[in-house]
Amino acid sequence: MGRDKTIIDNTKDFFAEVGDMSYFTLRFFREVFKPPFEFKELMRQCFNMGNRSLLLVVVTGFILGLVFTLQSRPTLTEFGAESWMPSMVGISIVREIGPVIIALICAGRIGSGIGAELGSMRVTEQIDAMEVSGTNPFKYLVVTRIAATTLMLPLLIVIGDTVALLGSALIENLKGEVSYLLYFNQVFDAISYADIIPATIKSFFFGFAIGLVGCYKGYYCSKGTVGVGEASNSAVVYTSMLLFVIDFIAVFITDIFF
Amino acid sequence: MESENKTAPVLELKDLRKSFGENHVLDGFNLKLFKGENLVVMGKSGSGKSVMIKCLVGLIEADSGSIRIKDHDITKLGQKELDILRTEIGFLFQGSALYDSMTVRENLEFPLRRHKKKLELKGNTESLVLEALNNVGLANSIDLMPAELSGGMQRRVALARALILKPKIILYDEPTTGLDPITSKEIIQLMRTIQDTYSTSSLIITHDVDCARVISNRMILLVDGVNYAEGTYQELIASQDPKVQAFFKN
Repeated sequence: MGRDKTIIDNTKDFFAEVGDMSYFTLRFFREVFKPPFEFKELMRQCFNMGNRSLLLVVVTGFILGLVFTLQSRPTLTEFGAESWMPSMVGISIVREIGPVIIALICAGRIGSGIGAELGSMRVTEQIDAMEVSGTNPFKYLVVTRIAATTLMLPLLIVIGDTVALLGSALIENLKGEVSYLLYFNQVFDAISYADIIPATIKSFFFGFAIGLVGCYKGYYCSKGTVGVGEASNSAVVYTSMLLFVIDFIAVFITDIFF
Repeated sequence: MESENKTAPVLELKDLRKSFGENHVLDGFNLKLFKGENLVVMGKSGSGKSVMIKCLVGLIEADSGSIRIKDHDITKLGQKELDILRTEIGFLFQGSALYDSMTVRENLEFPLRRHKKKLELKGNTESLVLEALNNVGLANSIDLMPAELSGGMQRRVALARALILKPKIILYDEPTTGLDPITSKEIIQLMRTIQDTYSTSSLIITHDVDCARVISNRMILLVDGVNYAEGTYQELIASQDPKVQAFFKN
């Protein structure tokens, strides 16, 4: 048995991992623009990630809209500000809650899947087999997956936001007798490009982070089947933390420019 | 090639060293594989056989020593040159290492995607895949997924994949591990047939004495990271050295 790790050891490990991940990121950017391009695999990954996450995103988005409206309603009613409900919900969902919640859901669904898939490929020597056959496994497995999450997440977030607004509209229609037309008129009146553009840019970074961490954890997985579990688990944990860090930076920058 | 003869090795390791921390796995290992030869490297589990074979194809970086394959020192090659050289080497992994998200056909097509044109292989992808599968007797399984195949069939498909680029050297990492005795014999027979068909040179890592007996022209015993003993199967089995005898006792 090895000795327990000290704080210094853990700090060293942390910085070593940050360094490795930075190198991994640089390698992605070096490979992504260099031919040959794996379009077929990219399309397959986009389809898999988008299609398989769609139901989860739709259900989550719908419940998010319902619950958010139900919880906010009594407080706004108390202040006589019910009419602000559509604009408040619209701005909150488009700017912040929608992207963050959908990204977290996708970190669990997509990030852990990538970590487990690449991890099991590593421990069963499938990645080594690709390498000895003279192909570039990084390009085939990693570049395509990171590109797919980066492209698909904004799309999933748009769908999730739309469904969340539909859920909110349903509650407003049932409880406040607000027509759908009036609800969405108020939402679109309240939302501006200054809300949509930063949220969209942010969602690309969320997608990139989900793909990057999942691929990094899976690609360098070790320690057999235990390692696969750890890769999958730590992919979700690290991505979730990274999403909040990215969100904070995005909000900070948005605050300066918009 | 005309100049290639029995004295010029197609693959040569000189003074290969590899350590993991304080564990010196390879401590000056030497090896020469000649054209058309079946060389078996035997050693106990954890003796560094798999590390050695992975150093050979650049999957693990050796600490020191030279690895020459067909006059190229692979430790000095760039990634592009190494990838090209790798097309001349077939590698059969211990656990078959089939891509489990792809069908048998896609598994075999995968190495062809990048190298078919460069290697000027005759025939279209389909015919090359079928030819390789016919050689291992599994043409009927072309559209199955690896999970639908038995262990022996997986090993055969892996062998077909290793052969698809028509390599001149084949590296076998424990080809019979995890298989029942009958299937092991079938795989060994297949390895011999393949050598006859493709005129390959083979380096076989194993601790299966039966496999070594049937297939080897020459053997090396790897003990404590070095070549402990070398010779034909008959020479080694006649040895009085207790460490050599330990391999053959059971």
